[in-house]
Amino acid sequence: MSYRTQAALWLAQRASAAVLAACVAVHLFTIVYAVRGGLSASEILERTRGSVAWFAFYSVFVLAVTVHVPIGLRAVCIEWLRWRGRSCDFALLLFAAFLAWAGMRAVVAVFA
Amino acid sequence: MKVLVKRTAGFQEFEVPREPSQTVLDAVTFIQRRLDPTLAYRYACRVGMCGSCAMMVNGVPRWTCRTHVDRVLEKETITLAPLRNLPVIRDLVVDMREFFDKWARAKGQFSGSATRQDEFQPVRPDSPPRRHADAGIECIGCGVCYAACDVVKWNPDYLGPAALNRAWTLVNDVREKENLQRLRAVSGDAGCHACHSHVSCTERCPKSLSPTAAIAGLKRAVAKTLMRGDL
Repeated sequence: MSYRTQAALWLAQRASAAVLAACVAVHLFTIVYAVRGGLSASEILERTRGSVAWFAFYSVFVLAVTVHVPIGLRAVCIEWLRWRGRSCDFALLLFAAFLAWAGMRAVVAVFA
Repeated sequence: MKVLVKRTAGFQEFEVPREPSQTVLDAVTFIQRRLDPTLAYRYACRVGMCGSCAMMVNGVPRWTCRTHVDRVLEKETITLAPLRNLPVIRDLVVDMREFFDKWARAKGQFSGSATRQDEFQPVRPDSPPRRHADAGIECIGCGVCYAACDVVKWNPDYLGPAALNRAWTLVNDVREKENLQRLRAVSGDAGCHACHSHVSCTERCPKSLSPTAAIAGLKRAVAKTLMRGDL
């Protein structure tokens, strides 16, 4: 991987961290606010189903996680496992695809 | 007091008499001159100018000439070891080649844009680049920050705090003509982007410099260059 790509990955991780900071804050605040008087699964689904705003919000959340987590894991692989190079990058790309798939599956499940 | 010294074969214990205003370097010199002349260690100036007496004192990298025994004695014992993250030549002496090779890899050499026929380049002392350079320029290459850095331990290719600090002083030198190549040299997994900002280098620097701030500056400079499409 070129130094340019490595620098771009660092920038992408910083940018996705900024997005995640906002997403996590909104997510936690909404949970605490919405569950004050108790909330059942069906009540949650009532609010999320068909809500384009929540769909867009959680899609952005999943996208930020998909970008952020594999880049961080790459540093963990290099520093703790001494695993680097194409095999490591390819494995992390697959992991990013898994995160995107699993995350969007959950988002679609509460939207559709 | 008891002084435990990491020798090539393992730790060896010495009994060293306490003296007023005694430095750790005084204790090591006592051992070498009175107790065991085969002990290998390195020093030159004894007054905190050369940086060659750096070693691990109770697990912390320090200049032994500027470390008073009173400050570091734990249960009447001091433990000494060679600087971390560098190959040991013998006893307390480490091989600094890799450390300085990394300065070269970070393009630590000045490449001027003017010749001797040109006029002097005016550099205002209060200009931001000059102030950034000033903040890091006093590094004497003792290797304390390099030994304190966990990222160097985990990622041996990492250029390390001193080399990156040097690169940052040159990035801020308005006379320098190879800064684009320098930013390329300090980018990526072995460069400034590997730094986790643990701040161990800044915490341990005997000159009170902040390589962490220098590395953060390099990250900003690289990011700007990358976004302009010039990297």
